[in-house]
Amino acid sequence: MAITDDVLVIGGGLAGATAALAATETAPDARVRLVTAKQSTLRHASGLIDVLGYAPGSEDHGHEQGQKQKPIVDPFAELDTLPTGHPYERVGGEAVRDALEFFDDIAGDAYAGGHTDKNALVPTHGGTVKPTARYPAATADGLASDDRDALLVGFETLPDFEAPLAAAHLEAAGAPFDARGVTLSFPGIVRDDAKVTRYAHLLDRNERVASEAGAGEIGAREALAAAVEPHLEDEPRVGFPAIVGDDRPAAVRESLADALGVDIFEVPMGPPSLPGLRLEDLLYAALENAGVRVTSGVPVVDYETADGAIDHVIVDRNGAEIPHEAAQYVLATGGLVGKGIESGRERVSEPLFDCHVPHASDRYDWFVDDVFGEQPYARFGLAPDRELRPLDANDDPEFRNLRAAGAVLGGYDYAAEKSGAGVSLATGYVAGTRAGEESE
Amino acid sequence: MSEAEQPIDDGVPSDQSSADADDDEFEPVQVFPESEEMDLRPGADNCYKCSTCDTNCPVAEVDDEFPGPKFQGPEQWRLKRQDDHDIDESVMKCSNCMRCDSSCPSDVPLSQMHNTARGEYVEENMSKFSREYIRNRMLANYRRLAPLASMFPRTANFVMGLSVTKWLGEKTLGVTSERDFPEFATETFREWWTKRGGAHVESEDKRIAYFHGCYSNYNTPEVAKALVRVYEHFGYEIMVPNQSCSGTPMFANGMLDDARRAAETNVRELAAAIEDGADIIASCSSCSMSIRQEYPELFDFEDTDTVAEHTWDAVEYLRVHEDLEAELEGTSVGDEFDDFAYHAPCHSRNQGLDGQTIEVMDAIDGIEAHDVGDSCSGISGTYGWKEENYETSMKIGEDMFEHMAAAEAETGLTECPTCSMQMEHGTGYEIRHTLEVLEAALVGSSAQSAPATEPN
Repeated sequence: MAITDDVLVIGGGLAGATAALAATETAPDARVRLVTAKQSTLRHASGLIDVLGYAPGSEDHGHEQGQKQKPIVDPFAELDTLPTGHPYERVGGEAVRDALEFFDDIAGDAYAGGHTDKNALVPTHGGTVKPTARYPAATADGLASDDRDALLVGFETLPDFEAPLAAAHLEAAGAPFDARGVTLSFPGIVRDDAKVTRYAHLLDRNERVASEAGAGEIGAREALAAAVEPHLEDEPRVGFPAIVGDDRPAAVRESLADALGVDIFEVPMGPPSLPGLRLEDLLYAALENAGVRVTSGVPVVDYETADGAIDHVIVDRNGAEIPHEAAQYVLATGGLVGKGIESGRERVSEPLFDCHVPHASDRYDWFVDDVFGEQPYARFGLAPDRELRPLDANDDPEFRNLRAAGAVLGGYDYAAEKSGAGVSLATGYVAGTRAGEESE
Repeated sequence: MSEAEQPIDDGVPSDQSSADADDDEFEPVQVFPESEEMDLRPGADNCYKCSTCDTNCPVAEVDDEFPGPKFQGPEQWRLKRQDDHDIDESVMKCSNCMRCDSSCPSDVPLSQMHNTARGEYVEENMSKFSREYIRNRMLANYRRLAPLASMFPRTANFVMGLSVTKWLGEKTLGVTSERDFPEFATETFREWWTKRGGAHVESEDKRIAYFHGCYSNYNTPEVAKALVRVYEHFGYEIMVPNQSCSGTPMFANGMLDDARRAAETNVRELAAAIEDGADIIASCSSCSMSIRQEYPELFDFEDTDTVAEHTWDAVEYLRVHEDLEAELEGTSVGDEFDDFAYHAPCHSRNQGLDGQTIEVMDAIDGIEAHDVGDSCSGISGTYGWKEENYETSMKIGEDMFEHMAAAEAETGLTECPTCSMQMEHGTGYEIRHTLEVLEAALVGSSAQSAPATEPN
């Protein structure tokens, strides 16, 4: 007896969650399940929703070698110029807009940026500026286009964010404001390698910590504000690394803002990232509300076909094989990093359904010597038709009831383009919608 | 080159031999020799230090002194390459919730490494005469004490409940006095089973062997009885083989020799049941976790893998082998049960079963189970019983307590005995097991189902 659903989404990242949500919105009576081999990897994500930050293939866009490429102002205006096979070209510009709107509805107040088509410029922990379409509310007061001066606060025990360096970098990059950085010790943190969740938990719970003034114990939020206060000059906004609360970030920001009389913002950090964790929580809460069934921690390892379609897949639970059956399937298992695409010495493959992955037969053609050049491997992935069914070597759909979404798709370089989240949203939305429609 | 300078990469071919090879056939290099003993080696190199495990660790989030799972596993292994490093004592702060396992995107066997490190620490670095060792050994071997207590359950319950006993427990042994000891049942499950005359259903092709574990035998036989009635309802012949503790509390306390002895008995007995055509069913999520994952990771008795592959969670098995949801459709549970605040134990979560109970409860009319979120209950078996961990344990549990209070239910639901202790301790709610609800829905409550067929 297989565990039976109408739509089965394989993969628990942004693409998979979006596909599952889109499927249940399209077909409210359908039973939708999401299976993810591991916990969602969204905590590796910055939490920013980029659509297109830089044009793909700098040579095609008339840039001299070595010349720094300019960030794209309006990503939506660029969508029609993308090469054939790019995931955005496959789904079309309208679908990208629809997907962003879909995301805005789910995210509500937690995200900002939907008021304009233009990219926002968000300072990151290295002091560089990332063009992005949506950003967490916690980051809203930190935009580089905002001309208010900013004080960046780093902590001795969080070496990933060197505030003075980030401030200097921002100024050198031409930010239209004065940025200053200070490094403090975080009240209540003793060990050098305390986890980011520990910082967030202290602030969420406003745990009692020793006051610096030696006046007994006070709440962590008050203690942090008291530590920052003497360093504040006239800056109307203060930026912290993204550890300002996990479950209650808005309340923590409000406490700090009240105590200091300034606006508070977060600078997105590398993994593991609290904005990524909060995005994960937001999406999984939406999945629960939508009645999507989630099975996590177990991999899909095999499948059976019937009449050119997938009949059921096999989920492995510590050696026991559990059949899962559905009418429609969405593959959203990630790219080379997420292990949705694998490479060996002989070939590049998609390990679950062995869908065709276009690539050169000689592995010395998989990369170029210029590390920051256009790396062919960065574009490895499935080549889908316009409704995102992966195509075999003859350009026929591999299975009529399988669609693919997110980084398992090829034809784009998300790291160079800054398009990872946007592609996951757009393809997840389209794959999920089509799966929902056809499940009925 | 002196011997001291000999590289540790002793599997690498020397320059001469690689020059000899004139074909370019790829030959993988064995950098480190295969270890015959348990060590921290497996998986260490798969760790690319993304720290995802650290963000999952419920202990590191509340306890500044715990360096997190990444340190306990992969980093500890690297440190240990230097001869002068012992296993760090902080490994004893790990609660063995095993959440790091399902978080690792690179399949590093973190909990296996922690079990190994903890075992080595206890063996090499902890005094066998220390209060901590004696206390841990007692907690880990609760099963050895339980038969005594259940011989005189009323006396035991009375004595354990005395504040002087608790005070003594804390002062002499370091067992927190904050908690109430679980009550011992006046009749164990196995006593009931024997009195009842064993299985009431015989079947050639539908047969299970029930691994009841210690808790449902000595403390909550109503859960074990519910399992029997539910499985007999579906026509299964039930075997109740001899068994020892699953080993979970022993792993968690680094008592690997004790765990090995228990596992050996269980593997032997359960393999014999499989030989007789049975699958193994457990009602406690830590018991099934232990048999399915920890046994194959840590032991290699004959049949260890076979037993692991044939072991199932009680509800999962019915979902896959019967149409449980269709059977439940339209059933109700009368007045005995109302809505539930459901907590998925970490060890269910790690088996991919965290959504299961809510899905199954959906099919029953008139009751609803509210998921109280993905936080850890904080007790982690014997962990939260230790005086030095009590505060950490309650801090971890805070999220769960709050979510239980916010859920529209006055009764808790879970499949883990110690999670249920923590849920009750933190909220005062009565806590039930999913099998009890299934029993009420499918065969009527135990009170009603007692009649003629069952000499209850």
